[in-house]
Amino acid sequence: MEFEPRIIAFFCNWCTYTGADLAGVSRLKSPANIRVIRTMCSGRVDPTFILKAFELGADGILIGGCHPGDCHYSEGNYKALRRVHLLRKMLQSFGIDEKRLRLEWISASEGDVYQHVATEFTAQIRSLGPLNWKQRFEQKEPKEQLIAV
Amino acid sequence: MAKPKLALYWAASCGGCEVAVLDIEVKILDVAAFFDIIFWPCATDFKYKDVEAMPDKSITLCLFNGSIRNSENEKLAKLLRAKSVVLVAFGSCAHEGCIPALANLTTKEEIFKTVYLDTVSTYNPEKRFPQPITKIKEGEIEIPVFYERVKALDQVVDVDYYIPGCPPQSTQVAAVIEAVIDILQNGKPLPPKGTILGAGDKTCCDECPRTREEKKIKHFYRPHEIFADPNKCLLDQGIICLGPATRSGCGALCVKANVPCRGCYGAPPNVHDQGAKMMSAISSVIDAQDPAEIDKIIQEIVDPVGTFYRFSLAHSTLKGANL
Repeated sequence: MEFEPRIIAFFCNWCTYTGADLAGVSRLKSPANIRVIRTMCSGRVDPTFILKAFELGADGILIGGCHPGDCHYSEGNYKALRRVHLLRKMLQSFGIDEKRLRLEWISASEGDVYQHVATEFTAQIRSLGPLNWKQRFEQKEPKEQLIAV
Repeated sequence: MAKPKLALYWAASCGGCEVAVLDIEVKILDVAAFFDIIFWPCATDFKYKDVEAMPDKSITLCLFNGSIRNSENEKLAKLLRAKSVVLVAFGSCAHEGCIPALANLTTKEEIFKTVYLDTVSTYNPEKRFPQPITKIKEGEIEIPVFYERVKALDQVVDVDYYIPGCPPQSTQVAAVIEAVIDILQNGKPLPPKGTILGAGDKTCCDECPRTREEKKIKHFYRPHEIFADPNKCLLDQGIICLGPATRSGCGALCVKANVPCRGCYGAPPNVHDQGAKMMSAISSVIDAQDPAEIDKIIQEIVDPVGTFYRFSLAHSTLKGANL
């Protein structure tokens, strides 16, 4: 069976969520692999959510916020930006490709940008393959005697 | 009436927790007077078979320190769980993995290669590695199997209570032992299962005496790169201090010695992942909005996993690296 990426998206209420909604209303076709969770601000997205999503089986995570300077809460999107930069560095140490985490600025009027990002990101995760965090972690145990004398 | 029985065990640990028990000073005499110490490999000469011979649930209290690194650790964890009424994960290793769990960032093969081949003082021309079973002319001899991953105690057996810390502070240990004696003597109810004993329910910052201002970090310093002002918040000065994401209870010992908190008391209440919480806090206070500048500041955090998950990797969301 062909691999279908599971992508969790955290979209801010004011810009990206509305932008993605606009894409739908405008009948712009975009992949169904993206499961959207609406947050009030991209600054609300705690690194815990991202790690938890990877642990529970997400293959990729997309965070969407307002363009710099446009945040409804003035600087929540900058907090998201810094978190994503730090998380990318962390993910490398955990052996997760940093390309699995993406941050995009998409405004409420940019349905076409959402369509483009969703399509491109889904293709990228598809080419990276499944992450299967839990299964990989559990498979580690049984191999006992790998090292021969 | 027979005395309640007490067992203490060390799995993959450094021995610091054993010292923390002895550090309660003269109170150790109360422990010896009140309890019948029936198993304590560090201090007494009881054998595993003595424990195996005991009826189930015959040990009143077992303080278990150390993480689960090999098959011997796991076997003893299961044995002591069966024999004990109350099993306590004592210290950071048993609580959430601690330093041994940082090995989860590499593989068993890499560890063996470093230890048995690459270290300068190692002479091993035949490239021999320890084998769980070795045949000799008298028969077979066995050593424990080294696991791929380090686990905390509650990832192997059911745990009743936790005492955090690396090691737990002796005043907290003494207070917990006093409370246990009080409960047993006066028939008081036990705290709810899963309670974290010997610690507070706030963060380390709550106990820290330093003055805090609004944090704006332009540059991170490692402790040896700067003379820290002893009265100002260390994080304000750009030194990564895990106080905001660490449970209170130690009395802010490290920060009082002008050294940043490293997070050994684990996550505060309602926080599931200490490292993620600390990352969230740190990235909030970096004073930059330009991606290139943000990257430059973040590059100064030398080892993010080892810094933010120094004590909690086994218990963290991801538990270790995918290699």
